[in-house]
Amino acid sequence: MDKLRLRFEKTGRAVYISHLDLMATMQRAFARAGLELKYSEGFNPHPLISILLPLSVGTASRCELMDFRLREDAELSTLPERLTAVLPEGIRVLEAYESERKSALLKWLEIEGTLEYDHGAPEIGQLEAFFNQGEIVIEKKTKRGIGQADIRPAIRSIRFEPAGEDIRLHAVISAQEPTLNPDLLPSALRQLCPDLAPDFAEFTRLETYDAGMRIYR
Amino acid sequence: MDKRLKRILPRVQKPARYTGGEYNQILKNRDEVELRLAFCFPDTYEIGMSNLGLSILYHTMNSLDFVWCERVFAPWGDMYDEMKQAGIPLYALESGDPVSEFDSVAFSIGYEMAYTTVLDMLDMAGIPLRSEDRPNLLPLIWAGGTAGVNAEPMAPFMDLFVIGEGEEMNNELLTLLRQAKREGWSKRDFLRAAAQIGGVYVPSLYEVSYLEDGNIASVTPKDGAPEKVTKRIISNLDAVPFPTSPIVPSTEVVHDRVSLELFRGCVRGCRFCQAGHVYRPIRAKKKETLVRQGIEALKNTGYQELTLLSLSTSDYRELPALCDGLLEYCEERSIGLSLPSLRADNFSMEIMQRLQKVRKSGLTFAVEGGSQRLRDCINKNVTEEDLLHTCSIAFAGGWNNVKLYYMLGLPTETDEDILGIAEMANQVLHCWRLNAKNKNRGVKITVSTSCFIPKPHSPFQWEAQISLEEYMRRVNLLRGAITAKNVVYNWHDAQTSLIEAVLSKGDRRVADAIELVFRRGGRLDAWTDYFSFERWMQAFSDCGIDPAFYANREIPTDAVLPWDHIDVGVRKAHLLRERERAYRAELSPDCRKQCSACGAAKLLTEGRCDG
Repeated sequence: MDKLRLRFEKTGRAVYISHLDLMATMQRAFARAGLELKYSEGFNPHPLISILLPLSVGTASRCELMDFRLREDAELSTLPERLTAVLPEGIRVLEAYESERKSALLKWLEIEGTLEYDHGAPEIGQLEAFFNQGEIVIEKKTKRGIGQADIRPAIRSIRFEPAGEDIRLHAVISAQEPTLNPDLLPSALRQLCPDLAPDFAEFTRLETYDAGMRIYR
Repeated sequence: MDKRLKRILPRVQKPARYTGGEYNQILKNRDEVELRLAFCFPDTYEIGMSNLGLSILYHTMNSLDFVWCERVFAPWGDMYDEMKQAGIPLYALESGDPVSEFDSVAFSIGYEMAYTTVLDMLDMAGIPLRSEDRPNLLPLIWAGGTAGVNAEPMAPFMDLFVIGEGEEMNNELLTLLRQAKREGWSKRDFLRAAAQIGGVYVPSLYEVSYLEDGNIASVTPKDGAPEKVTKRIISNLDAVPFPTSPIVPSTEVVHDRVSLELFRGCVRGCRFCQAGHVYRPIRAKKKETLVRQGIEALKNTGYQELTLLSLSTSDYRELPALCDGLLEYCEERSIGLSLPSLRADNFSMEIMQRLQKVRKSGLTFAVEGGSQRLRDCINKNVTEEDLLHTCSIAFAGGWNNVKLYYMLGLPTETDEDILGIAEMANQVLHCWRLNAKNKNRGVKITVSTSCFIPKPHSPFQWEAQISLEEYMRRVNLLRGAITAKNVVYNWHDAQTSLIEAVLSKGDRRVADAIELVFRRGGRLDAWTDYFSFERWMQAFSDCGIDPAFYANREIPTDAVLPWDHIDVGVRKAHLLRERERAYRAELSPDCRKQCSACGAAKLLTEGRCDG
């Protein structure tokens, strides 16, 4: 079976599993579930699996997508249960289905985050004003060294609300072309407006959308 | 998860090794168990999670429903600094709870260079280092592992040691500890009772006195502790539990595969080898057991590789049939089967060729000595003819990478023996020229030497280690003799070997230096990143300890050895006899040809030695 897609959660302790380690973890989980992945041909065969949007270590997700192929037919509706039973704590398969949609069509990501302030949180309005500026040019590490980038176009919408001592963030950001790592949001504050910068921030991916803000599967 | 921990994890390398949560981890309800055990491995997660002994004992101890045994590893430097800075104490992976809250802390100590890390882990847990500074029964701090065959350098820190194989002994100990906890025994009463369990060594129940010349005068047991502590073994390996659902790490570890243990012990009797003597008698698992356990473990882990472990794989009697049984399952699933520790003989090559159809990476031979005379002296039964014959098959079969391992400083070694190493490398090169199918691919022959370390309970336990200067002289002699372009020579630094010799053969007085090294920042000493020779030498000097007394001195055979009260089965008389034969360069037949009556068979409660 080709062109299969898995939607899964990666939360709790599993957020510290790196992208590369996750590939090995998935491969082993399929083997434990008795599902044989298709392998590439050639001298060094590897399973044909690919994760659409690599997730950075420390970020949780409720909407991870992974493409895979199976050597034999399987009842797709049984996969979530079979796989979740043999995955490490924190990884839960939500859905397995056939998908023809190209990964390039995935455009927006809905995220939420918690900004932790050890010495009192700023006003919501200040944060909103900062992120609603015309441009937010920050220094960014790239392959070629430190570069400048305006992250504003990659933020479709962003809002904040108090959450006890902390502040909850809710945003829709660009998933690809350009990719916005959510960690750059607090990083922008640290660079341009240190008074508003949190002491720690953590994020969760909630949902994937196409360019027209329709849910992407 | 602890909020402070959450903040530092994104900053450290490979954080998944500090979180737990892996597949097949054992979770229990902390309120429903009577004993919480922190099972500590004094090295990194990647090393510890590759250790089969740890995996076995994690499962056997957790098979007791009143015990929850959790894993604890030593953090790497970046995590260590972050934890110290954030004030996070050492915690266990399964629950995330601080080790200080546990009823007991057990260490698996496989090698001496881990000693400072043991102290570091106790300290990170906020537990006083010395047994005498812990007046209460709980937490009970104990240790096992190969380093226990001479427990003396760590004796002041541990409440007790378990000597030998732990599958049964540990559970007996934990059962007694439960009773003691329930009934509120004093630590003293518990230790006296524990000393009656076979294999349990309670150092505080042994009085050590010294002679003026530095040797030990006597070791006197008290309070009913046995004169000698006899190593525990499992007589029937087919009947003992083996974890077929081991934890599958979510991040890469050193040995990321299913490991099957073929047998314990070794029939070869190499005279420098501690493992070959302290793991006796020889007990094999049935091939049916192994095939069943192997397939079960592959199914339960999803691993794509299986490896067969033992001290000498070729000596497993049913190896061909075992490989057939496993390959039947593995081949159609593209699961790789690897066989380390093969001997350089025909039969091994046949198996190798069958297993490694695609990858022909490298062949490694532990030749140990540069001349036949020296190899006879150490009872390493490898001839140049065997080696060259195996190499010729390998080169003809497409291999083009050979590693040759030697030790420098073996008893009776001469310069001629050392030059023999270079000569043998040339012979291997010549062999390649004669046999290689495709010479365009070239050949790489790597010669490696390390410094011989005399080890307790081996026939060479009385021997002196050569000095650092002498080791370097021998290295340079060999360097000068290796001229061929295709032969690369690597020598291991002997500084670690000297420290390891002191810690291996040390007595209780060495403990002060270990503590001082730790106090001055020593930890993870098995890693060159952290090892500091100067720190060790300074600590020895500050504690009035002469490292040469332990490492570079030949011990008189009538001296009381620090480990004499630990009985591993093999008799001292056997070791002495083997040593004498060494000096006559006389081989001893392997156990299969002729039993040497080493004494280890007396440990068996059923069956017979498979030697």
